[in-house]
Amino acid sequence: MSDSSEALATHELRHHFENMEQQRGASSMGMWVFLITEIMFFGGMFMAYLAYRYEYFLAWQEGSQHMNFWIGTVNTAVLICSSLTMVLAVLAIQQGRRRLTSIMLAVTICFAIAFMVLKGMEYHEHWLAHEFPGPAFHFAGIDPRHVEMFFVLYFVMTGFHALHVLIGIGLVSTMLYMNERGHFSADYHNPIENTGLYWHFVDLIWIYLYPLLYLIGHHHVG
Amino acid sequence: MATASAITAEREHYLNADYGFRSWLLTTDHKRIALLYLITITFFFFVGGFFALLIRLELLTPQGDLVQADTYNKLFSMHGQVMIFFFLLPAVPAVLGNFLVPMMIGAKDLAFPRINLLSWYLFIIGGGLMLYTMLTGGVDTGWTFYVPLSTAYLGTHVVLAAVSIFIAGFSSILTGLNFIVTIHRMRAPGMTWGRMPLFLWSNYATSIIQVLGTPVLAITLALVGLERMFHLGVFNPQLGGDPLLFQHLFWFYSHPAVYIMILPGMGVVSEIIPCFSRKRVFGYEFVALASIGIAVLGFLVWAHHMFVAGISVYSAMVFSFFSYLVAVPSAIKVFNWTATMYKGKIYYSTPMLYAMGFIGLFTMGGMTGLFLASLGVDVHVTDTYFIVAHFHYIMVGGMVMAYLAGMHFWWPKITGRMYPESWGKLAAMTIFIGFNLTFFPQFILGWTGMPRRYHAYTPEFQVLNVLSTAGSTVLAVGYLLPMVYFLWSLRYGKEAGDNPWGAAGLEWKTASPPPTYNFEETPVVTWEAYNYDDLPKEVPVVG
Repeated sequence: MSDSSEALATHELRHHFENMEQQRGASSMGMWVFLITEIMFFGGMFMAYLAYRYEYFLAWQEGSQHMNFWIGTVNTAVLICSSLTMVLAVLAIQQGRRRLTSIMLAVTICFAIAFMVLKGMEYHEHWLAHEFPGPAFHFAGIDPRHVEMFFVLYFVMTGFHALHVLIGIGLVSTMLYMNERGHFSADYHNPIENTGLYWHFVDLIWIYLYPLLYLIGHHHVG
Repeated sequence: MATASAITAEREHYLNADYGFRSWLLTTDHKRIALLYLITITFFFFVGGFFALLIRLELLTPQGDLVQADTYNKLFSMHGQVMIFFFLLPAVPAVLGNFLVPMMIGAKDLAFPRINLLSWYLFIIGGGLMLYTMLTGGVDTGWTFYVPLSTAYLGTHVVLAAVSIFIAGFSSILTGLNFIVTIHRMRAPGMTWGRMPLFLWSNYATSIIQVLGTPVLAITLALVGLERMFHLGVFNPQLGGDPLLFQHLFWFYSHPAVYIMILPGMGVVSEIIPCFSRKRVFGYEFVALASIGIAVLGFLVWAHHMFVAGISVYSAMVFSFFSYLVAVPSAIKVFNWTATMYKGKIYYSTPMLYAMGFIGLFTMGGMTGLFLASLGVDVHVTDTYFIVAHFHYIMVGGMVMAYLAGMHFWWPKITGRMYPESWGKLAAMTIFIGFNLTFFPQFILGWTGMPRRYHAYTPEFQVLNVLSTAGSTVLAVGYLLPMVYFLWSLRYGKEAGDNPWGAAGLEWKTASPPPTYNFEETPVVTWEAYNYDDLPKEVPVVG
């Protein structure tokens, strides 16, 4: 550890920790525990989805045929790519390559924005097709009431996920800003790691949403 | 606070390190945040208590004469929501836990001091919204928000109350998260898991529940809000939903929440009993693991709130079985506390009186819980005063007694002052008598068929209701007493000294009130917890 980075490390050590290692362990564990609470938060919605899928199977099948398969698939790919660039950002800062870190963070933000734009287009499409639940909802096929519920859960689950993507964009942007200001180094980069953990979590939720909403029960794709 | 520090001004400690509103409202010192919580929850305790007194006054006579039925509905709803979410849940963890967890493990602060302050602010925002809800007409869903009643029928501030609890819930999550990480990562050298005071074990178990359960309540309330505001059908059968799903999700949090309310209290009692018996706690490992056992089993019993809601008989049998099983770790604790007292040198000082009251009342509450775990008996007493009496024995007889026990035990550490011992004993006895007079008649009322949540009843129930109302006034006096003499002691109380009880535990090895970073230097632990065999057999202050 060089003199300058040591000075930086003591500067970043908060008063109540004994050493950097303890601080780093605590903050990374804090993030993991936070992600567990997030899993439980989404868990409530997944539970509702599963219970109703079991009860109203046909309506669920009907609903998932009105998903835009291609946007969903492309968005999945976009998010997976963003996770890759996020990992590369963490790797870069571990090696002390600040410039590369910034580039990777910026690309991650671009992917996240692309995801949101595609998601918005998809929502817009559902809106035009009267598939947004509420008074304007219109569905001509079987069991419209429970198909509407499918759409309620679709919008609530993807909506809360999109909210997390937005928060993620904010976090990654903050990391980008701090990195440009020279806050991070090979010795101190815990916030970027934690942001990475959060970002992978957001990705992971989508990895479950995608098959549940788009794939199972979908028969129209050749 | 300021007066106490003025007298002991010669030494710098957390109370006189800095002055002014900013130094309190922007503090990241866990001890100061604990005091902020103390003031806040004391306020809510008296708000909730005021509702309770109005309820008891209405029930003095069989007719609905003091308030109308819909006002009464609001009274018991607000009483429940305020007491549960703004007093009981944060009581021991956010006040005593905040103060003691870092000190007991020999740390300077919690792992995330700023998140700790954030969680108090979230609590204030949630509490403020709850006050606003009350002042603009209140809410009458009961504390349970059952759908479709809450989403389709009531014209009261359901969404506002739900948002308030949603926000307060995140405060609870962050406290739990902070404790888990602190206990894992911040222990002083030599403070192994096996040497941790049982208060930490029980707060650790509590934190696990807070972290795993509360988010589920959050999403459930969010869905209730969406259904009510935008008619997005999730739970309401008219919109295609299933109300049972709501009950499952709600109780998945709200049953474990009962253990958030009682486990920290068990931790308090586990500290006090050995101290005033001058003995190492009996069966340390069992008491510690029983906390974890209760936390785990607590997640497997929620549907016992739904035995009459139309769930399958077979799943009801499974939930009934697990509900009985919770009695095992609970009984382990009770037996171990009594075994600790056996042949001990017992001091009947105020904290000990409260702790002994806790054991008795908690046992009563727990045993009647077994009645309710039984499918057949539960059908007979569901929605009667038997239930009301049962959970008040746990929450008031258990948790509030334990909270007061802890407040008396650690008051000298928190303020550096002693409260007047004889007044303390008087209040403890008043509360014990008042509590039993209030709630024991309710067991009989419920067993003989008086339903809960009605503002009027048939005349045959009046005698027992009058007893209960009389008891509630005694209880109210009992609760006001500590309020008065605690404040009195800030100015006039005797200087406590570092360790007035001759207690084991790291928090007693530093000054009272403690310095800002708790210890002059990081302690190194070389002894087991509750090493009372190595300590003097006399309690300095009482003996």
